Amino acid sequence: MRRPLAAAFALCLMVGSAYAQEPIKLDVVSDSLPKSLTGSPGSAEAGKKVFLTRTLGNCLACHQVTRLKSEEFHGEFGPSLDGVAGRYTEAQLRLIVADPKRIFTDTVMPAFFKNDGLSRVRPEFVGKSILTAAQVEDVIAFLKTLN
Amino acid sequence: MLQRYVGLAAAAVVLASVATCASAQEAERKGIPAPPGHVFKTIISGYEFRSKETRALQDDDLENPGFLAVERAADIWKKVEGSEGKSCMSCHGEAETSMKGVGAAMPKWDDKLKKPVNLEQRINICRSEHMKAEPWKFKSQELTDMTTFVRYQSHGMPVTVKTDGPMSPWFERGKQTYYTRFGQLDLACASCHERNNGKFMRADFLSQGQTNGFPTYRLRDQRLVPLHERFEGCMFDVRAEPFKPLSDDFLALELYVAWRGIGLPVETPSVRN
Ligand code: HEC
Ligand code: HEC
Repeated sequence: MRRPLAAAFALCLMVGSAYAQEPIKLDVVSDSLPKSLTGSPGSAEAGKKVFLTRTLGNCLACHQVTRLKSEEFHGEFGPSLDGVAGRYTEAQLRLIVADPKRIFTDTVMPAFFKNDGLSRVRPEFVGKSILTAAQVEDVIAFLKTLN
Repeated sequence: MLQRYVGLAAAAVVLASVATCASAQEAERKGIPAPPGHVFKTIISGYEFRSKETRALQDDDLENPGFLAVERAADIWKKVEGSEGKSCMSCHGEAETSMKGVGAAMPKWDDKLKKPVNLEQRINICRSEHMKAEPWKFKSQELTDMTTFVRYQSHGMPVTVKTDGPMSPWFERGKQTYYTRFGQLDLACASCHERNNGKFMRADFLSQGQTNGFPTYRLRDQRLVPLHERFEGCMFDVRAEPFKPLSDDFLALELYVAWRGIGLPVETPSVRN
């Protein structure tokens, strides 16, 4: 009895938040996002988890990272992220993760902090971004360790 | 062509450096030359992207689990069902001769319905109109078995599909869908199967997404999977709301994707992971 109720409640919350979501607006300044999306820095340790988790960043599905060698299945869609902290500033990395098409036109890399302008999104994801602002900041903190 | 080879070479380097389980096989995937004006220079079956073990399983008629479906359906072919008192055999005789080539040329234009129909639909039209039997549900074992059996009669024959005349708006519609990005991940069929085939993505090498092996025995599911279920799966994975199986959208897509694989030998029942 308790479980269906909890599930129903969770569903309400989900639907509620899905339709209450405003389209995300990014403060882009010369091809970068200088301001933290949460107002504070993220955690590299949490970011590594987001990076690896299939239902979150799943970044390894497309990228290789030598330091994560012990993890299986590094994808080849995107470039190796070794040394990426030296190639981009934190502000540039933030835009690359939030909405990479603003930098790499027509890229296959998904926008992780965008919640509109998409086609036939499955109902449970409508109005939501793949990652939350805090998760994006955590991933950025992790990327900054790749130097 | 050059770009592809460079890509493959780069892939090989990356693979070596991250020490995944891949072998050197991917350097030499065999394909057939595409006709002029085609999107690919070389058309390559999904078979070539699978492991040695998976390919061996497909090649062994005794071990390939897809053949159980062929055997099951061979019996159903002769079984009388429906109020007309007919079996498939009553109208078509021996499938080995009457069905040869049929499955290689689907979807086909249906003059009565004024639209293309695929093999599953054709089988169900025969059931409801000529046998007065209940049509089989999509994904039912019966329908997938019979589709596999009929397509198997074209084993080794080249995929051919008509795309002109009344088919051309359907072809264009399928093409449009193929290049449209869908879902929260915002990816099109082309993002994976055209731009990135040959590359490694998590546990799989991406193929050209060809349809010549369908229905295919999927090791993961331990059963035969019809083509529109694979389409659904690919859309679901990019967090998109898939079109419905046997919908006009998927019919158009099936036609277009069949054209992308024109000339490939029918491999049904193929084995995939
Ligand atoms: C579906 C594939 C895919 C996924 C998933 C993906 N990326 Fe990417 N990424 C790419 C591609 C492709 C590029 C190259 C840009 C282009 O298209 O030209 C790229 C580029 C990048 C770059 C710039 C690298 C450079 O050296 O120029 C960074 C940083 C990056 N991605 C980080 C991430 C992070 C962090 C995640 C997960 C939160 C992620 N990516 C998930 C495909 C992907
Ligand atoms: C995010 C990447 C991705 C997208 C987008 C995608 N697919 Fe796939 N597809 C795969 C993977 C992975 C497989 C399994 C490995 C393989 O055969 O490529 C696959 C397999 C297939 C197969 C089976 C090939 C075979 O030989 O068994 C077909 C057909 C196919 N896809 C068609 C499509 C179509 C049509 C679309 C668009 C509606 C699409 N795919 C979108 C990743 C994708």
